[in-house]
Amino acid sequence: MRLACPHCGERDSREFSYLGDAKMAAGGEDFASVYLRENPSGAHAELWQHVLGCRAWLEVVRNVSTHEVISVKEAGK
Amino acid sequence: MRYSALEIVKQGFSGNRGWKPLWRDPAPKSAYDIIIIGGGGHGLATAYYLAKNHGVRNIAVLEKGYIGGGNVGRNTTIVRADYGQKGNSPFYSHSLKLWEGLSVELNYNVMFSPRGLLELCHSDGQIESYSRRANMILARGDDAEMLDRDAVRAYAPYLNFHAERFPIRGGLLQRRAGTARHDAVAWGYARGADALGVDIIQNCEVTGIDIEAGVVRGVQTSRGAIKAGKVGICVAGRSSQLAAMAGMRLPIESHVLQAFVTEGLKPFINTVINFGVGHFYISQSDKGGLVFGGDLDGYNSYAQRGNLGRMEHVAEAGMSMIPALGKTRMLRSWGGIMDMSMDGSPIIDKTHIEKLYFNGGWCYGGFKAIPASGSAYAQLIATGDLPAYAGAYRLNRFETGHLINEEGTGAQPGHH
Repeated sequence: MRLACPHCGERDSREFSYLGDAKMAAGGEDFASVYLRENPSGAHAELWQHVLGCRAWLEVVRNVSTHEVISVKEAGK
Repeated sequence: MRYSALEIVKQGFSGNRGWKPLWRDPAPKSAYDIIIIGGGGHGLATAYYLAKNHGVRNIAVLEKGYIGGGNVGRNTTIVRADYGQKGNSPFYSHSLKLWEGLSVELNYNVMFSPRGLLELCHSDGQIESYSRRANMILARGDDAEMLDRDAVRAYAPYLNFHAERFPIRGGLLQRRAGTARHDAVAWGYARGADALGVDIIQNCEVTGIDIEAGVVRGVQTSRGAIKAGKVGICVAGRSSQLAAMAGMRLPIESHVLQAFVTEGLKPFINTVINFGVGHFYISQSDKGGLVFGGDLDGYNSYAQRGNLGRMEHVAEAGMSMIPALGKTRMLRSWGGIMDMSMDGSPIIDKTHIEKLYFNGGWCYGGFKAIPASGSAYAQLIATGDLPAYAGAYRLNRFETGHLINEEGTGAQPGHH
């Protein structure tokens, strides 16, 4: 799997670190925000950090059954 | 048919033409007292114990694929009871006891082999931490021994003891732990349940759960609607999809875990070994293949295959622990989808829908849990109460703060 970092171009997934569901970026501290997940089997918006590159946090939309990367953008933009 | 030495002789005289399939292949009836969704190890065990321990006979197990085709046939077959947390230790202790009698219980050889489990320690901190764990295991009545470096070397001389990057300081040995043949576990429970009247229905995917006024009434499937008095979800890996059919969101993410096997070798690895530096575990199957695995791939996945990066990482950890592994050829690798819960521990509980029950969140500890999970879930469905040994696995523990977090990594399912 390769992710197209908006700053660095297409890179191997090993350069990135994974956090999880992009909804976590909203930072809610209630039970549902911290513990409950949609966990879909298709398109999933999620947070990755390009730790071995520009270190930017990215919001990636990926099909978690096929690993097709649908979109990548800088998180929070 | 009851299996015995006499039966082998009798069948031999009649040209072995009398052996029957292990279970019937019935069409679904229009209604059952209890439907178990998911014909994996846990679902089959649940149906077996519902029939055996609670006398329920009108039960169906609905399986999307075929028996033995899911995670029950995709794991590294390790059975152990070395947990430290209060909610976990009685459960896995009970499960190990059930494993010890399982072949006799099922009249089917599950090839449970208590060949021991060795957890390596590489630092003073690890020695202290594992000594504490060993004492906790001993205190609840199970077995654990702390070995020093020389004793580890005598027990497993093929480990790396020469100019190693991570010197082995000692290890925790649980002699009653071991491995079992995973297919036989699925087949044995399926055969046992079938003999007690349970309908095992394969190629039957549940597509909806019928709920009226907060009470479950049945399920929609690829083979038509089926009514049910009670429904038990038991589909670890796919739990979130099934729960969504009942309007639930779960404290679970699905991740892929890879496993690997080498070509068949003569007896080499005499036990199950967990590396104490990287996450790496290995045993040798009775066919001779070395079976090993490591960490999750690290991101949400429903693909039953893994990435090359994790495969390399696992191979490196293995080479660091047993350099001779470098001479073997890896034959196959595969992936299984894990229900990774938010505290790394499973869930067996009622849901907010009356008569609808949930079993899932097994992370990568599901195989060893099969007997205890099945008997606990059966008791919950039959009586409405969990047995004491599984009483901590409540769905609402995330809300009330009663987490069972062995790793202490917080609400990060990929890190358990």
